Amino acid sequence: MNSLTRRSVLMTGAAAFALGGSNLESYAQQPKKGGTLNFAISAETPHYDNHGSDTFATLHFAAPFYNTLLRFDLSKFPEIESDLADKWEVAPDLMTYTFKLHPGVKFHDGSDLTSADIKATYDRLRNPPQGVVSTRKATFNDIGTIETPDPLTVIFKMKAVNASMLEHFASPWNVVYSAKDLAADPNGPKTKINGTGPYTFTEHVKGSHVSGKRNEGYFKKGLPYLDGFRGVFTLQAAAMLNALQGGQVLAEFRGISPAERDRLVQAMGDKIRIEESSWTLNLLICFNIEKKPFDDVRVRKALVMAVDRWGGSQGLSRISTLRSVGGVIRPGSPFATPEAELVKLPGFAKDIKASREEAKKLLKEAGQENLKFQLWNRNLAMPYTPAGIFLVDQWRQIGVEVEHKQSDTAPYLAHMNAGNHDVAIDFSNLFMDDSSLALAKYLSVDRAPENRSRHKDAELDKLYDDHLRERDVEKRKALIRAFEKRAFENAYQQPLLWWHRIVPSHKVVMGWQMSPSHNLGAQLEGVWLNA
Amino acid sequence: MLRYTLNRLLLMIPTLIGVAVLVFFMLRVIPGDVVEVKLRGDGGNVSQETIEMERKRLGLDKPLIYQFKDWMVGLATLDLGKSMWTDRPVTEEIGLRLELSLQVAIMASMFAVLLAIPLGTTAALMRGTWIDYAVRIITIGGLSIPSFWFGMLIMISLLTFFNWLPPITFTPIYVDPVANLTQLIWPALAVGYRYCAVVARMIRSSLLEVLNEDYIRTARAKGVFEKVVISRHALRNALLPAITVIGIEFAFLIGGLVVTEQVFNLNGIGMLFVQSVSRNDFTLIQAMVMMIAAFYVVINLVVDLLYAVFDPRIRYA
Repeated sequence: MNSLTRRSVLMTGAAAFALGGSNLESYAQQPKKGGTLNFAISAETPHYDNHGSDTFATLHFAAPFYNTLLRFDLSKFPEIESDLADKWEVAPDLMTYTFKLHPGVKFHDGSDLTSADIKATYDRLRNPPQGVVSTRKATFNDIGTIETPDPLTVIFKMKAVNASMLEHFASPWNVVYSAKDLAADPNGPKTKINGTGPYTFTEHVKGSHVSGKRNEGYFKKGLPYLDGFRGVFTLQAAAMLNALQGGQVLAEFRGISPAERDRLVQAMGDKIRIEESSWTLNLLICFNIEKKPFDDVRVRKALVMAVDRWGGSQGLSRISTLRSVGGVIRPGSPFATPEAELVKLPGFAKDIKASREEAKKLLKEAGQENLKFQLWNRNLAMPYTPAGIFLVDQWRQIGVEVEHKQSDTAPYLAHMNAGNHDVAIDFSNLFMDDSSLALAKYLSVDRAPENRSRHKDAELDKLYDDHLRERDVEKRKALIRAFEKRAFENAYQQPLLWWHRIVPSHKVVMGWQMSPSHNLGAQLEGVWLNA
Repeated sequence: MLRYTLNRLLLMIPTLIGVAVLVFFMLRVIPGDVVEVKLRGDGGNVSQETIEMERKRLGLDKPLIYQFKDWMVGLATLDLGKSMWTDRPVTEEIGLRLELSLQVAIMASMFAVLLAIPLGTTAALMRGTWIDYAVRIITIGGLSIPSFWFGMLIMISLLTFFNWLPPITFTPIYVDPVANLTQLIWPALAVGYRYCAVVARMIRSSLLEVLNEDYIRTARAKGVFEKVVISRHALRNALLPAITVIGIEFAFLIGGLVVTEQVFNLNGIGMLFVQSVSRNDFTLIQAMVMMIAAFYVVINLVVDLLYAVFDPRIRYA
């Protein structure tokens, strides 16, 4: 098995997330078999198809029924471990990836898993048939061909080097479907579940819950430990907290706010376990550069320089899920810009007084001393509302008058995607720290529709492409720094703060692993109940 | 009577068509896009091409007039379409949730009516006594306290005093009556309290009015037992205005359980409605509005027909 230099560096990041009240005690004990885990899912999935979804609700619902080729080893995040692939090999030139599958893996309908299923799955991901939605089409654009020389071997031949490819093979979204099922109905996975995962599907009561029971023929001997699970949809935080407190659900694996955490700890004392970590999510200040005066870099720069992130993070972290100050890569993770370098970039200076003076000067130069605009924001209490209020106050301190306009998710997104906003609070939701994901949001709008600042910057695009093909870690880091510097100097959009993840679970829940992404660890394979 | 009923049934058709037209065009005025929310709502980096493809698949790329035609044809053939969010038939989406909401509404109505009649009657008959004042305080409480807040008090009390909460997932009554009633009795109490207060106050005031009528005085003068005067003459007439309130309140409950359902994490029509609106799931919203409109129309008719049952003087010709 080859290991890339780049990834070995990723490992040296040790645990890039800090555990509080961690679940490590479960490793010191012999897991017990049996029991049903009831946990809360704070949204209901629109369908069952992970390939066409971007919501955690689909993963928390469907992940226990499926496997992926590789996955992240959460005890050593972001290290990668095998799931369906028993072994894998990466060619030195990164142009060929060979996977040997575990023998004896069966789908829940009794059919054998073969390399044909992997091929069908990845063909669907990278080139979905008419009527099928794959939100990962671009991710696998670099795959040239997929070969299946024998039932247990699958070979991916690349069109171009993509240094992040192995991480993408470990993405939780790439669950493996049966080739037979896909041939019968390419859209079948939206409504039918037939995986190889640790649990078999029992029922989905719309609006109520999903449940699964132990897959007795699971290919990993001795797993899973639970007899079954039930994911209960608790769309209201109050209902979820009551259910946690009352023991009707034993965990909520997405994340809660500091206030909710405090309520649970106060009410439940040592019955509740709280695990905390930085989160692969950030809120961004996003300027629509097609709107005046935000086409002027001086205005944009002035506005980012007026924001006291360091002070704000202290206050906001007490009342919301916002916490860490960081650049384009999650702070604390291996490729993140160190604080000493970050503070040199516009918007990250610690001397906020001087920074604001500079901001006022820039506004004066741009003829925008009496600037007024509307801040477009999502109508979600956590953490969008406090972030919006914070920004309005920050900009008021340099004489800028801002109207804070919040809207429900649908109009919020539609308004931004149509380019109708002046300035918005946008978000970036990642499942891993790999820079190819994090930087994509800053690419030119014709390449990245999710770029809501709508800028076009060929230089940034080139830096991105160069970094994507670069295998040398230090050179790659340098390209990321250059990319970040250019993006922030132009202040198209910029992270406000990164989120902080707080996961509550009853202490009887063992074996679940915390990570910086709520999209990971939803398979429940190693979870057991110490009851 | 039969002719009147048939006429009223026929009149329901233009009413419902009017609702169908209104709801269709009003929904299209709301900003936002179901596809955007579906594919990008949780931060997904989805290409514009994917968005357009999904929009086309859902028929949202067609001119509005064609979408409207599809909707009306669907209504005429009783095919309400599929949810744009889940791709499942809206009848299936509404089915289980309607069962739950309907049961809560029926339980709340039973609780309200069974309690409101004795309360209202006692208060009227004992006007000015402490019992009357007590009933009035209780009913003012029911009108003043929002149902969801009363529901939260119930939940907190159960948690604090008994360290117990009702089941969190719905079990149909025909599967396990005990589990079902254990879960639904609390929301029924929460919404039934207000309902009871409205009906009790209505009965009290209309009974007070009826007790001053000449025919009551005549009945008493003829030596009819007070019990008979009250039950056969007074209460029967006093119930007429209460029937209207009971009917309208019941219809209101079907669509008005929104917040209470959230407090109790109930998977009912109210919760589905809120979700559908936040997702811009037009087909589902349209179907639910039509269903609730049909409920109102039918219950109005039933109330009018019940008038004739309770008051033989009323004749529909």
